[in-house]
Amino acid sequence: MTTSPATGAARLRAALPAGGEVALLPYVMAGFPSPSATVPCLLAAQAGGAAALELGIPFSDPLADGPTIQRAGQAALRQGMTPAAALASVAEARRSGLTVPVAVMTYLNPVLQRGVDRFCREAAAAGVDAVLVPDLPADEAQDLAGAAAASGLGFVAMVAPTSTPERIAAAARLATGFVYCVAQVGVTGARDIVPPSAVELLDRVGRVTTVPRALGFGLSRRAHVVALRGHAEGAVVASALLDRLGSGADDPAELMRRAVAELCGR
Amino acid sequence: MADRPAAPSGPPERGRFGRYGGQFVPETVMPALDELAREAPAALADPAFQEELGRLMHTYAGRPTPTYRAERLTAHHGGAQLWLKREDLLHTGAHKLNNALGQVLLARRMGKRRIVAETGAGQHGVATATACARVGLPCVVYMGDEDMRRQAVNVYKMRLLGATVEPVESGSATLKDATSAAIRDWVTTVADTHYVIGSVVGPHPYPWLVRTLQAVIGVEARAQVLDQAGRLPHTVVACVGGGSNAIGIFSGFLGDAGVRLLGVEAGGRGLDGPAHAATLVAGRPGVLHGAFSYLLQDPDGQVLATHSISAGLDYPGVGPEHSQLRDSGRAGYAAVEDGAALAAFHRCTRLEGIIPALETAHALAAAGDLAAGLPAEEVVLVSFSGRGDKDVDTVRALGERTDHRSDEVGP
Ligand SMILES: Cc1ncc(COP(=O)(O)O)c(C=O)c1O
Repeated sequence: MTTSPATGAARLRAALPAGGEVALLPYVMAGFPSPSATVPCLLAAQAGGAAALELGIPFSDPLADGPTIQRAGQAALRQGMTPAAALASVAEARRSGLTVPVAVMTYLNPVLQRGVDRFCREAAAAGVDAVLVPDLPADEAQDLAGAAAASGLGFVAMVAPTSTPERIAAAARLATGFVYCVAQVGVTGARDIVPPSAVELLDRVGRVTTVPRALGFGLSRRAHVVALRGHAEGAVVASALLDRLGSGADDPAELMRRAVAELCGR
Repeated sequence: MADRPAAPSGPPERGRFGRYGGQFVPETVMPALDELAREAPAALADPAFQEELGRLMHTYAGRPTPTYRAERLTAHHGGAQLWLKREDLLHTGAHKLNNALGQVLLARRMGKRRIVAETGAGQHGVATATACARVGLPCVVYMGDEDMRRQAVNVYKMRLLGATVEPVESGSATLKDATSAAIRDWVTTVADTHYVIGSVVGPHPYPWLVRTLQAVIGVEARAQVLDQAGRLPHTVVACVGGGSNAIGIFSGFLGDAGVRLLGVEAGGRGLDGPAHAATLVAGRPGVLHGAFSYLLQDPDGQVLATHSISAGLDYPGVGPEHSQLRDSGRAGYAAVEDGAALAAFHRCTRLEGIIPALETAHALAAAGDLAAGLPAEEVVLVSFSGRGDKDVDTVRALGERTDHRSDEVGP
């Protein structure tokens, strides 16, 4: 067993190596479908073959999210999920054998209200590796990126198909964990195709940085992941997984494990 | 010809009003905000654009609107003179058209082919649908389910004007959720769509742009009150939802250090419970809809559901410039509860023959109380932001439940 790299950013880079298979980053919404499902779902996603995880902390007004994540977040909030409880579930999952890197995704206001420095310290202490905030463009992200680095967390910057070359360069400079490439001009939600502009965006990013690239927004099946080979190091799948979890009366962790295994081609 | 500021000052540095403002939105729309921040000042500095906007404001929208001395209301309250800046007389019945027409002309100039907007009371939706009909652009307006019910007449008007009204069921199904839905639409359609935000909220450059387009209220009002009353007001009073009519009229008096500014928020069923929308009075700073500003939120930063009798004030956020004015003390902010607003609605209707919007009624209630304690030579200037036709059904439904009695306001 090799020793784990010292920072969250380094652990994420190691989990998303260049030139290999496209690594899968499943998304788990803290508190969905129920608060008690969060830790089992994190562990199940790892068991299914996840290279790293995204843990969503629900926010009341998620501007970048479509109906699936909106509804999952509302359900989680109604059942009392909080930022503190979401971080505690990472700590618990770590104690139960979760080893893959975890990036928390939430909106700016919950981070601001906790305090940017305090949020990063608490996240790092809970075993989180990076932070991702979709309503914080590179222009406004200095503080959070700095606080993340000070706590040993990676920072995930986002780029979109509409980003100019200057904006891509600015995001790439801030990103330490990975660059999150948004596949759609639009909000999250499972879709049938990955548009060609998504691959163009990945290639534009790859020309300006060696930080790993992960594509997200809309990916829903194994073929989408496979098609990214040579263009992305990681693939994020969120709404498609939540749709599966929300659909059945089956054990959510088992649904998660099977869906992730399918996306990983196992 | 309408009296407009000759050379609008440019956007504030990096979109900040002190520590407030900013651009907290998904990356996807950042390039469009950058474009707007470049194009809007260029358009406003272009004499040809100003000429067209000024001409339409005059011949189509009815600017300048009058400033009116409300003698019977003044006599009722006793004390300072109440003067009303009559934005209710603007085409479509509220100040909202000042902004909507300017932004839709700007969108056409930028080559946009579709307009999206949110609305609460429906006044901004009607104003945007109107401007789109005039300019010939398709228009989609997001509106909360609850607001569609209580402002049904405005829903029908928007449809008559050719707009598509999209119901929003998420959250509290009011203005907050309609705004989120409009932003999500814009995130998806940003290549050819302009988002006409309805108040001095949202990411930079919107708070600056909407303020600049609404500043005509203050420019006119200052000249009119000096001319007709022969003095500057003791206090300028305006209701605050997002804060656009208030910023519009306040901006004319910011340089007059002796003139007090009072913003009036919705006190709903009282500030001791959760059923209100008094953001500046009872909130604390946070980020909603792209800007850092005062916000009604729980300790974890989740945005709270609000309540007001008035759909246009029923919003948990507020424009960032108001947050700066609050902290600096240049403006004061107070809350008026549903019942007091309703009483002011009836009082103004019976004593002046002007049916005010329920939003405006909040300002009237606070202005009446204030005037009662001031000497008769003083002037209290009220931003009469809109007319109340849209609220007649709401008021009728409340009917017997109000504490209004006809003898309270005299014959
Ligand atoms: C008549 C009227 N006044 C005031 C408002 C509140 O908006 P703002 O605070 O932006 O002026 C509205 C909003 O719908 C309105 O219709």
